[in-house]
Amino acid sequence: MSGEEFVPLSLTPILIGVFTAVACALPGNFLVLRKQALIGDAISHVVLPGIVVAFLVTGSLAAWPMMIGAALAAVVAVILIEAIRRLGRIETGAAMGVVFTSMFAAGVLLLERSDTSTVHLDVEHALMGNLESLIWLDAYGWGSVLDPIALAGLPPELPRIFVTMLGVIAFTWLFWRPLKISTFDEGFAQGLGIRTGALGMALVIVSAIAAVAAFDAVGSIIVIAMFICPPAAARLMTNRLERQVGWSVVFAVLSAILGYVLAGYGPGWLGGDNAVSAAGMIAAVSGLILALATMFGPCRSRTGAPIEA
Amino acid sequence: MLLDALTLQLGYNATLVAIGAALLGISAGVTGTFLFLRKRALVSDAISHATLPGVGLAFIVMVWLGGDGRNLAGLMLGSAVSAWLGLLCVQSITRRTRLAEDAAIGAVLSSFFGLGVVLLTVIQTMSSGRQAGLDGLLLGSTAGMLWQDAAIIATGGAVTLALVLLLRRPMTLVAFDPEYARAAGVNTDRVDMLTMALALAVTVVGLKIVGLILIVALLIIPPVTARFWTDRSERVVAISGALGGISGFVGAAISASAPALPTGPIIVLTCFALFVFSLFLAPDRGVLAAYLRHRSFQKKVHLRQGLLAIAEHQPIYEPLTIRLLAREGLARRDGVPTAAGTARAAKALRDERRWQVVHTQPTYEAISSLYDGLREIESVLTADQLADIDEVIGGPKGVTP
Repeated sequence: MSGEEFVPLSLTPILIGVFTAVACALPGNFLVLRKQALIGDAISHVVLPGIVVAFLVTGSLAAWPMMIGAALAAVVAVILIEAIRRLGRIETGAAMGVVFTSMFAAGVLLLERSDTSTVHLDVEHALMGNLESLIWLDAYGWGSVLDPIALAGLPPELPRIFVTMLGVIAFTWLFWRPLKISTFDEGFAQGLGIRTGALGMALVIVSAIAAVAAFDAVGSIIVIAMFICPPAAARLMTNRLERQVGWSVVFAVLSAILGYVLAGYGPGWLGGDNAVSAAGMIAAVSGLILALATMFGPCRSRTGAPIEA
Repeated sequence: MLLDALTLQLGYNATLVAIGAALLGISAGVTGTFLFLRKRALVSDAISHATLPGVGLAFIVMVWLGGDGRNLAGLMLGSAVSAWLGLLCVQSITRRTRLAEDAAIGAVLSSFFGLGVVLLTVIQTMSSGRQAGLDGLLLGSTAGMLWQDAAIIATGGAVTLALVLLLRRPMTLVAFDPEYARAAGVNTDRVDMLTMALALAVTVVGLKIVGLILIVALLIIPPVTARFWTDRSERVVAISGALGGISGFVGAAISASAPALPTGPIIVLTCFALFVFSLFLAPDRGVLAAYLRHRSFQKKVHLRQGLLAIAEHQPIYEPLTIRLLAREGLARRDGVPTAAGTARAAKALRDERRWQVVHTQPTYEAISSLYDGLREIESVLTADQLADIDEVIGGPKGVTP
């Protein structure tokens, strides 16, 4: 594979996939440990109504209104879940199920009722994304990575998801100690004066931001996969949080690259000539990694002790 | 037009779809109740998303065998197989590893769905690939439904409902008290599996009408809504079934009455409207009822404390207390008590004193524990007992200057 072909067509989608995977996997570690894994599921569903409303208000598909609309929808959903849980005294899972399905239904309905035929906005796109289309047309080979003129033609999703990833890394790094303590022992964290409620909310908001930025590029289903599969697989590899986060990043990067390559070139190896959905393949590969981890991971059993050979 | 739809005047197919949706709604509501009571509502989300690869594979196999890839019965069979696999994955992850169920659900949901999306893109590129029929299964579409599809859905809804009704006793038992059920010789694992199998059946039947992304709403929202109206299990089951049936029927009818009203979202939003109504207006457990209860409690506390303050000649600063006293005609707006207020205050103080006597006397031990600062002492003691207590307190005595 030559650089002339690889750089314009595959480099940017792979990078976007990797950045997305890392941005989602980092908060995912804490969500999985806090048994809030399905918050990611809920957020990625409610992004749709947020985007549709933003489109109806602004009338354009510009990135920023979309992002703001989606983020607002995520916050509204979290507030609604909490309100229904408290007002109706219902367990979180059911409250979540009520909120995200209803908001998703409202989004679909709005989309069907409004005239979006002129723009590219539909439910399938929202679910599956279109990673393959994020190509870098101005590139001509590896040299263009250092060429400012070519760099100006990068798909705008790339810098956006890169900045988001840096933000998520910064959040995790800055709040590492409070996050770690409050995840494992909330009472102790409160005793130390950590505001666990605010921290939990911040974690959800950071996850929402990661989900929204990722959604823009890769669709919601891969977002859920990246929130849960790599951290869950990493959890089965080690008992130390530091190493778990490390493993989860490795798994996330691995599934992004492997998934993209399999989707783009796999059908060719099997004699087909059309690529399949990269986002779907990345999600499937991350599931496969988790399946391997559940079968062979050294710390897979409940007691947590590594299994002796 | 809507009235026509609601009274089944919109033609044979629309009628079949509405009936099928109603039957589906009832079975979903009833099945969902058991999932909800077992706190496993979201497992159905994993099941429903896991149907997609089965749908894709079934399509590919049917085309490969030379048939029509969009045969609904074949697609339903394929979706049932892969949903069952997904369910087994969730269970084996939760049993064999230390991951919690929510992580297992999310992992299965996303990776199966991802695989399904991959298969859909494969179908798109197949020579015979008119994928149009499959997109409808994501969000449900009843427009242009074939007669035999509608018949399959109506039959499927009816069969599922019959099975649910048949199995409701063991399922209730396990949902409420699994320990007891096990002791009574019920195989709880098998009953759990059966409940899941029913949820799976609902999902598969609902694919065409509601779509695989939203079907989980029909399994979750009706039981949650029904829980607002009653505390009795049989009634939760019945109400939840009724709510599901109404949502299915009304939703299908509304959607048939105008173009661009997709069936699945309309059914879910009908369901959600019923939920919101119940959340606020249900008696006892609703938000409005809770608010009124809170206000009446607040009023009692403020009146009581205000009267005691009057009796002890303390000034009242709390505006709400003054307002409540004034509304009852016990004090003026500036906090000065009226004659009635002074009398009631004296009574309140005397009741407090009576309670103090009650607390000291072993005879009244049981009654003493009923004291909460608000209870009328006449409601727990007889006139004779009160007279005895007043004897202990004694009347006003003269003082020598």
